Amino acid sequence: MHKIKSINEFVIKFANVNGSGSTSANQMFAKGVFRLGVPVSPKNIFPSNIQGLPTWFEIRVTEKGYLGRREGVDIAVAMNPQSYAEDIAEIRSGGYLLYDSSWKRNFGRDDINVLDIPLTKLCVSEFSNPQLRLLFKNIVYVGALSYLLGIGKNVYVDLISEKFKGKEKLIIPNVKALEMGYNYAKANLTDQCDIKVRKSNKNKGMILTNGNDASGLGCVYAGATVCAWYPITPSTSVAESFIKYCEKLRVDNRTQKNKFAIVQAEDELAAIGMVIGANWNGARAFTATSGPGISLMSEFLGLAYFAEVPTVLFDIQRGGPSTGMPTRTQQSDILCCAYASHGDTKHILLIPSNPTECFEFSVMAFDLADRLQTPIIILSDLDIGMNDFTTKEFKWEDTHMFDRGKVLTKEDLDSMEKFGRYIDIDGDGITYRTYPGTHSEKGAYFTRGSSHDEYAVYTEDGKVNARNLTRILKKHDNAAKLVPKPIIKSVNNSKGVIYFGGSDYSMIEALDELSSDGIILDSMRIRAFPFGKEVHDFIENHDMVFVVEQNRDAQMKKLILAEANVAPDKMISVLCFDGMPITAHFISTEISSYLAEKEVKEIMKK
Amino acid sequence: MTYITKPVNHHPRLKINKLGLTRRDYEGPVSTLCAGCGHDSISAAIVEACFQLNIAAHQVAKLSGIGCSSKTPGYFLKQSHGFNSVHGRMPSIATGANLANHELTYLGVSGDGDTASIGMGQFVHAVRRQLNVVYIIENNGTYGLTKGQFSATSDIESKSKYGEDNLFPAIDLAGMAIHLGASFVARSFSGDKEQLVPLMKAALSHKGFSLIDVISPCVTFNNHKNSTKSYDYIREHNDSVASMTDFIPIGNTITGSYKQGKNLDIPLHDGSILSLQKISKNYNPENKIEAIKKIQQSEQQGKVLTGLLYINPKAKDLKETLDIVDTPLNKLVEKDLCPGKEKINQINSSLK
Repeated sequence: MHKIKSINEFVIKFANVNGSGSTSANQMFAKGVFRLGVPVSPKNIFPSNIQGLPTWFEIRVTEKGYLGRREGVDIAVAMNPQSYAEDIAEIRSGGYLLYDSSWKRNFGRDDINVLDIPLTKLCVSEFSNPQLRLLFKNIVYVGALSYLLGIGKNVYVDLISEKFKGKEKLIIPNVKALEMGYNYAKANLTDQCDIKVRKSNKNKGMILTNGNDASGLGCVYAGATVCAWYPITPSTSVAESFIKYCEKLRVDNRTQKNKFAIVQAEDELAAIGMVIGANWNGARAFTATSGPGISLMSEFLGLAYFAEVPTVLFDIQRGGPSTGMPTRTQQSDILCCAYASHGDTKHILLIPSNPTECFEFSVMAFDLADRLQTPIIILSDLDIGMNDFTTKEFKWEDTHMFDRGKVLTKEDLDSMEKFGRYIDIDGDGITYRTYPGTHSEKGAYFTRGSSHDEYAVYTEDGKVNARNLTRILKKHDNAAKLVPKPIIKSVNNSKGVIYFGGSDYSMIEALDELSSDGIILDSMRIRAFPFGKEVHDFIENHDMVFVVEQNRDAQMKKLILAEANVAPDKMISVLCFDGMPITAHFISTEISSYLAEKEVKEIMKK
Repeated sequence: MTYITKPVNHHPRLKINKLGLTRRDYEGPVSTLCAGCGHDSISAAIVEACFQLNIAAHQVAKLSGIGCSSKTPGYFLKQSHGFNSVHGRMPSIATGANLANHELTYLGVSGDGDTASIGMGQFVHAVRRQLNVVYIIENNGTYGLTKGQFSATSDIESKSKYGEDNLFPAIDLAGMAIHLGASFVARSFSGDKEQLVPLMKAALSHKGFSLIDVISPCVTFNNHKNSTKSYDYIREHNDSVASMTDFIPIGNTITGSYKQGKNLDIPLHDGSILSLQKISKNYNPENKIEAIKKIQQSEQQGKVLTGLLYINPKAKDLKETLDIVDTPLNKLVEKDLCPGKEKINQINSSLK
């Protein structure tokens, strides 16, 4: 029978039952491959459920570094009879199926290689505790895979020892389960698998982590002290990461007291309110949420925008609209974030593409919020937020200083005749602020969401209000110079592609695929809004521009059309919104078939 | 309202406090509320309390939501930073501000609509967290700015200015706050300065959530005959827990007169004393169950119970619960907050 042969390029998919403890075993499998120097991108495809429903864990192993999702499964580890039918259907011809053969089964496919391992029988014979029997099945298949793929078991023995450091009692049975799987496969499945993992050197300077963990760490490094949040998938782990790192890194050595404050708020409205209150009072504060939270926070975002209070907000996007698909990914909050709240509002968006950028943009967000005195929204998504990626190490220099923006000290106020909160002294639209308690006679002002003059005094004078709104717009326009610039790769082709966020991994691969088909595209990865001149110029300089997005309504294209003063006709949308991370295959097929169709139409015209 | 600007100069022999300031120094620009509005009397009581307590105004942050009540922080303590936030959301702003710098005094001003309706969720949770704030509800039982709709504190038997019946029972915010764990709960009347000022001073000296529910008649929309929040109604039905309330600052001994009759002296967190004179029989404001019982009894008798209803002088506030360092978080700098390069390298290693 045909067997897929491959070294260091394959997709392995684990089908498990939610709540069976499989995720940590699957993560361990991925980490073992990572440790051999081969890039991996594990993805947890989980249901909105605690226990019982099917859940999947998909790992792409890729020496070439293509970390985006790839369709088709080379090795399926089918542990869930509920989903056998679809799991088996996904296996590529010549692929492998590893299943629990304690209950033998015929899967009705003669083009795949079935690897029988009686996992339950093995565990029942070895372990008496029913819960451990269940949990160790996962470790047994990791052991079997380590033989089948030629990884060797030592890397997993190390990982088990590290994981259970301090709980030595757990190491022995885990290693035993691992060896059971390894030995069973060695004795019964010798030379059955032609997919192998070989040691490589691709992971130098790389780490394996996810965007939410990186964002929480970024907030610690940025000097955030207040985190107010409300639990919502997939953003919860941003706050949890901040808590974890604060407990390690921010407890005062002498007093054992916390140099941070974390409040699990009663709802998203209160969460953002606390963030605004703390930032108003000079502490760096943030919250993390997802789409439904953005809807709830919109009123407060308008206040922070108009009263000019620094605010940092993470939106880890999930499938919408409404409750939508809470455990699936999308890039569908772009417009609601860019223009959140009633009246004329515009917000600054930072759009990271990988965990390393999640860290960097988190740090940057606080500086930008303080500098620009406005909300900064970090638009991440479930895929890069919750899934681990092989990503560049975090970098930090001890010379880094926070930019607290235009804040007046007591001495500054002493030398001033009269303080006006909203006077544009420097002409950049950014005005000077004071923290409460700074000076006994000068510097107090009344922050308000109602129309106000340069001294923060309520006014119904329309001209004064229009003047203020114009200044705030000027500040927003100037922000384009401060936010991360797009990443442009250009050899002056006539066609280009615009993309952003988590689509980066698949886009890189799609560009290579297209290029091998003779379709060469310039590319621009947008990393922030407001758009700088670069975005406008890129579109101007190309005859045709594809815009790749993970939403139905072409939200980024619409934002570009509304804000970048470019012609709409040459912008062509490539849209994926099924909740799964976009794949290179999807992008390249969409683009090449569009171009082929266009060519046919042109020939017909002639 | 008046459109006259207040004169800057004042009488040369005005009384000065320990900071060398006069009452006028604690005022703000002239109020734009209706002449006779109860809220202006509450603003005056705040001015008086801060003056008497020698509070440096710049060490106070005034926070409010939306409505007539929430406009008032614009009319007192002009040297204080103010934050007029969005409707019903002042508690979250106050919480964030307090976490950023626990050293300031936080004065939240809200109304019955702002607290008992749109802001109920945030109010409840700020109480539950024992946020260190003086939370004043300027309670007039009506939506003034939108011209006289009933609020959630309007009594069921009351009628609107236009003769409509109120169909729903009132929410008793003071009773609710006691139930939720507020450590200082008082009710007062904007027309009773003798009671309100000492209560305000005690609230400002108390650590934890201090609620003062002040019945504050709306002269324009809720001061008519069938209103239960009118000046006349409250004067007729006022049922005070004590004949007199007094506040004795830190270090001042209790004078002889306070010891006569059935008095109760409650030492506050900062060393000052709240003294209740001729307190109602069998009433102990440090007992939650008695406090709730007394409020309900009074209500059944058709009276409005005022005075200090409940106090727990030893409550732990949010800052203590979260075990936050004593240096205000907004004063911490890079070296306090940023773990540095060595730590990032360790973290990188742990992720390999």
